[in-house]
Amino acid sequence: MFDSLKVRLNQGWQYIPDPRRAVPAGFKGRPVISAAPCGTGCTKCADACPTKAIGLEPVRIDLGRCIFCTECVAVCPEKKFEFTPETRMGAASRSGLTVSAGGPPPSPVDASAALKSLFGRSLKLRQVSAGGCNGCELELNALANVNFDLQRYGIEWVASPRHADGLVLTGPLTQNMADAVQLSWDAMPEPRFVVAFGACAISGGPFMESPVLDRGFLDRVGPVLYVPGCPPHPLTFVSAILDLLGVG
Amino acid sequence: MSSLTALAVDVPGLAALDARAWSAEVRAALARGERLVTLYGRPAEGGEAAVTAVLQAPQGGLGVLRATLPPEQGWHTLSREFPAAQCFEREVHEQLGVRVADHPWLKPVRYEGANLRKMKDYPFYKLEGKEVHEVAVGPVHAGVIEPGAFRFMCLGETVHHLEIQLGYQHRGVEGLLLKGDPRSLTPLVETVAGDTSIAHAWAYCAALEALAGCAVPEDAEASRAFALELERVAMHLAGLAGLAADIGFQQGASTYGRLRTTAINTSMRLCGSRFGRGWLRPGGSRAAMDGELAKLVGANLALLAGDIAVINRAFLGAWTVRDRFAGVGTVSRRAALELGLVGPSARASGVALDQRAFGAGVYAALPVPTSVQDSGDCWARAVLRIEEIAVSLKWLTDALERTRTFKPERAALGALAPNRLSVAVCEGWRGEVVHCLETDARGGLLHYKVQDPSLRNWFGLAFAVRENEISDFPICNKSFDLSYCGNDL
Ligand code: SF4
Repeated sequence: MFDSLKVRLNQGWQYIPDPRRAVPAGFKGRPVISAAPCGTGCTKCADACPTKAIGLEPVRIDLGRCIFCTECVAVCPEKKFEFTPETRMGAASRSGLTVSAGGPPPSPVDASAALKSLFGRSLKLRQVSAGGCNGCELELNALANVNFDLQRYGIEWVASPRHADGLVLTGPLTQNMADAVQLSWDAMPEPRFVVAFGACAISGGPFMESPVLDRGFLDRVGPVLYVPGCPPHPLTFVSAILDLLGVG
Repeated sequence: MSSLTALAVDVPGLAALDARAWSAEVRAALARGERLVTLYGRPAEGGEAAVTAVLQAPQGGLGVLRATLPPEQGWHTLSREFPAAQCFEREVHEQLGVRVADHPWLKPVRYEGANLRKMKDYPFYKLEGKEVHEVAVGPVHAGVIEPGAFRFMCLGETVHHLEIQLGYQHRGVEGLLLKGDPRSLTPLVETVAGDTSIAHAWAYCAALEALAGCAVPEDAEASRAFALELERVAMHLAGLAGLAADIGFQQGASTYGRLRTTAINTSMRLCGSRFGRGWLRPGGSRAAMDGELAKLVGANLALLAGDIAVINRAFLGAWTVRDRFAGVGTVSRRAALELGLVGPSARASGVALDQRAFGAGVYAALPVPTSVQDSGDCWARAVLRIEEIAVSLKWLTDALERTRTFKPERAALGALAPNRLSVAVCEGWRGEVVHCLETDARGGLLHYKVQDPSLRNWFGLAFAVRENEISDFPICNKSFDLSYCGNDL
């Protein structure tokens, strides 16, 4: 009994009051690329990037591929790259994931009136991992812990796709999971949507060149939300989904 | 010197054995009490297969036995005398089509190669009888976890046999590892099993450094060991939170869960990632800690130790917890040894196997005592993880006393030595992570074998649930806490 009370006292209040304003110290999140000119013919960042996330002229990072390894920071002679602790970088379109040199930060996800009226007060999500390494899965699980407490917004994980409004996909989509992913989707009632969570789901990430993937599902059913990271910080997901649903 | 159990040998210097001599030597080594760390194959010239057995003597020394053989000839199975070989023989058979005569059942390990996409063909064991019923679960499970298919063969509530079909997560890791520059593989290696990024990264770095003749700065080595224990604390906390949730002990679930946040946020302060990604790189480490940060890390460790002790008392002292875990999912010491279980799954069954105990490098200066439990049930696996958290926190606190700063430091890597085989074994939170790299005559990477402890331990789970109630499966599963990706690669 006393132990139980002590646990409760130690716990105090753990929840993050406003996830959209939280900035986790030390996190390597949304990059900023300075407009400083590049050395002539320099391709060091693009060469060093393990996921071919960097485009040149102008220098830009595709957050859908980036795994936030910061190799580009280390190799750039002009020190153009900086990874800030900002977690807000979800996007409603694939093109919304590009960060360009000197450009403005990607804008927050626009609220969807349709999704807001359908799911703004209650949203049930079913997660399916199709090659997710358990990094994304752990961060999605963390969303339900006392810190992020996603349930306070009426957003919950459900066990069956039949109860789900949204399918949150993790992993690069392996061939061996292709049938199961499609079956899960087919079992979901309309209206329904897909969220691509993590670099692997968005682009294949470090596995994009693997011959044993089948990403056809995402070609057939485009995501309404892209959550970048490797794995994404739980806050990246919370902010993006709340923005999309026009909550708060 | 590396702190990991490691070995590097010139391949031309290895005895050229044929199948018969090789399997006789492997048998002899196992009969004298050595253990099989891994057994794997790769294609060799002229359509042959080169198979490698890595053995470990009780004092920790590694040895390698290599044979080159025609696949259609293969060898006579080791698994009947030494069941620990069963998964390795199945893997060699699946990857290279090598015949393993008289193997009990050469089922696919991960549906790769010619087996790709044939998930529906899995040969499930059949239990015959009018009263027998089967329960199929997966590949998509009820929680937010990785996929795998389970089929229970039951009589009433009692599970007589569980089949675990894996492979859904197969991403082609081993193939991709051969495509890139061998010195830049860390980001890929960190996602082999994403909850074990540090252990896999360290095994890769150590094996590569041995090939490149690179001496890692002492500080960087110390920082790697620091990272590994933080990963262990975080994942043991995640496991305990899961176990508590599965038996409806909410206070444990929420408290262990939020304490994990403290542990992973400590890693994030040092390297930018909650999973320690980017911390290790070949030649050294990229984590930075100054005096200020050391104070914060010290405070986090103290908070963890203090709060964990309190929730442990509540958790271990609740009869409801003990009642749910004790006597459930028991694996005897003998079974653990025969099946070749590793990590906490072995130590909870009385097998004192821990690579850190061999005391190389940083572990010579600051040893890690090995935790062992005897009862082999879910209770033992939970208590063991609680003990290991305490040991790791103590070790981290002592290590922090000695080293208050880490600098990002990397020694230069030379060219990789040609025709060499390098093996490194790192004791991750789930057990030993094994990476074997072999170079060709020009110093290019010829073969890369990755082994997550899950490959061996999945069979331990199947074994543990026999004669248990099917409703106890979730806690058995959580108590083993295995990786699907780590098996499926
Ligand atoms: S941080 Fe992103 S863009 Fe930079 S090298 Fe790594 S993956 Fe590429």
